[in-house]
Amino acid sequence: MIEVQHLTKQYGPVTAVSDVSFKVEKGEILGFLGPNGAGKTTTMRILTGYMPATEGKAFVAGYDVTEHPLEAKRRTGYLPETPPLYPDMTVRDYLAFCAKIKGVPKSEQKTRIAATMERTHILDVANRHCAKLSKGYRQRVGLAQALLHNPDVLILDEPTAGLDPKQINETRHLIKALAGDHTVVLSTHILPEVSQTCNRVVIINRGRVVAVDTPENLTNRLGGSGAMYLEVDSGGGDAGPVLSGVPGVTDVSVSATRGAIIGYEVASTGDVRRELASAVVGRGWGLLELRPMRMSLEEIFLQVTTEEAAPEAAAETAHE
Amino acid sequence: MSNILAITQKELKGYFASPIAYVVIGFYALIFGFFFYSLVLYFDRQSMQMMGLGGQAPAVNVNEQLIRPAFLNAMVVFLFVLPMITMRTYSEEKRSGTIELLLTSPLTDFQIITGKFLGAMALYAAMLAVTLIHIALLFWAGRPEWIPILTTYLGLLLMGGCFISVGLLISSLTKNQIVAVMVTFSVFLMLWVINWIASFVGPTAQQVLNYLSITDHLDDFTRGIIDTKHLVYYLSFIAFGLFLTARAVDTERWKG
Repeated sequence: MIEVQHLTKQYGPVTAVSDVSFKVEKGEILGFLGPNGAGKTTTMRILTGYMPATEGKAFVAGYDVTEHPLEAKRRTGYLPETPPLYPDMTVRDYLAFCAKIKGVPKSEQKTRIAATMERTHILDVANRHCAKLSKGYRQRVGLAQALLHNPDVLILDEPTAGLDPKQINETRHLIKALAGDHTVVLSTHILPEVSQTCNRVVIINRGRVVAVDTPENLTNRLGGSGAMYLEVDSGGGDAGPVLSGVPGVTDVSVSATRGAIIGYEVASTGDVRRELASAVVGRGWGLLELRPMRMSLEEIFLQVTTEEAAPEAAAETAHE
Repeated sequence: MSNILAITQKELKGYFASPIAYVVIGFYALIFGFFFYSLVLYFDRQSMQMMGLGGQAPAVNVNEQLIRPAFLNAMVVFLFVLPMITMRTYSEEKRSGTIELLLTSPLTDFQIITGKFLGAMALYAAMLAVTLIHIALLFWAGRPEWIPILTTYLGLLLMGGCFISVGLLISSLTKNQIVAVMVTFSVFLMLWVINWIASFVGPTAQQVLNYLSITDHLDDFTRGIIDTKHLVYYLSFIAFGLFLTARAVDTERWKG
């Protein structure tokens, strides 16, 4: 549905996006993840036809965004970082204007506006001026504007920014419900959002794609060390030797001590959770915690973005 | 076409939702009314004097001695007011980010620019429409010729169109409305007075300067003459202004 090929964007001497390529299949939700200034917004602006790329091509629903901009735009809904609202207009007037310029057929305008307002929960502010809306409502009116013409592709730049937790939840549910009929690309720097809503993640840093995968695969691939964390109340004694004695365990180290409670990191081959548990409980100790030490997406993100930055920084200093 | 009208409608609603339209129309009405009133007093005294002279006195002409000077004097108001109308057309959209909505909707640049131009023109026409009251009073009191009045309105519309196309261009170049209004005002003023130095330069330059002066071309219109020379000047001026605006918007897009 969306295809981006070797996209590069330069602002004068600054390269905002460099050789970015990815594909999004129909019905997918793609998360666009990266620190601020990584090039997320630039990539999205190119996809929506707001600005042209310096090099490379982008296709939306089969249309090249620079060669057939109108066809591509007709099939794209876009929520920019700041919702593009006219402060003097009421929400209803604003959506009526959007429906007109987005080419919604005249006979359908009224029903589509009403349906979209209901879907985004903004019916109660329909007659209020956009200038008087709270941040949460502005965001939702912006989302309504993007959905209005029932586009194939939705591009959402930080759709949950500035919302309260309840609204964030609602918005995520809405986005999930939209997938299937629509193909969604959303950018964010909130990591749980990605693991909760997206089918696939593109991690971008300093204008380059550093990782593309499903959130689960990324977690497994980069964090799947097979290590366990155990917290044991052994009444003062050291549980280390006992844990080492469990078949399959290759390494045990103490990572935290709080009085009689000691936390261990246990490396092993294969799943040894049952054996570890019975070994501890068999001694009459208290097993307070036992969990796999998988890296959270957050840690992966940090790892991926800093790893990438390090050699580049080295190269920069070499140039100087 | 419906896209252009949608933009025009939005622009016009924008003017009337803010105080701009009311201030602009109200103060133009006030100033034109004052000019008109003082000219009526003057015209009145003059015709009394002429009557006193008896048969040899030249006939007084309400078109030449009242309507024409009233419009020409009140034109100075446009110099101040039109920059205020055009200043926000693009600057405001850029500042508030709504330009992203327009540029990512299935609209061509031509449609957006034409829509904005027509929106500003409509407000300008509404300002001019206020003067219809005064003209109607003259028709009630006397028998002015209506053809020069029509051509005067046509000329004023065309001249305003030139100012608005320049204003649009300048607004498309900046985010800052104060900058937009100041630059637009200066350009207008220059176009207005550029032929002041005409008599001090060589014959060719003189012709060029006279031709460039935006107000010079209005003269024939106020006398009831529609000369193609002036029509071509105004229409090509407007087209060129809008064309440059389209280029500016496109360039802005590349710069991001």
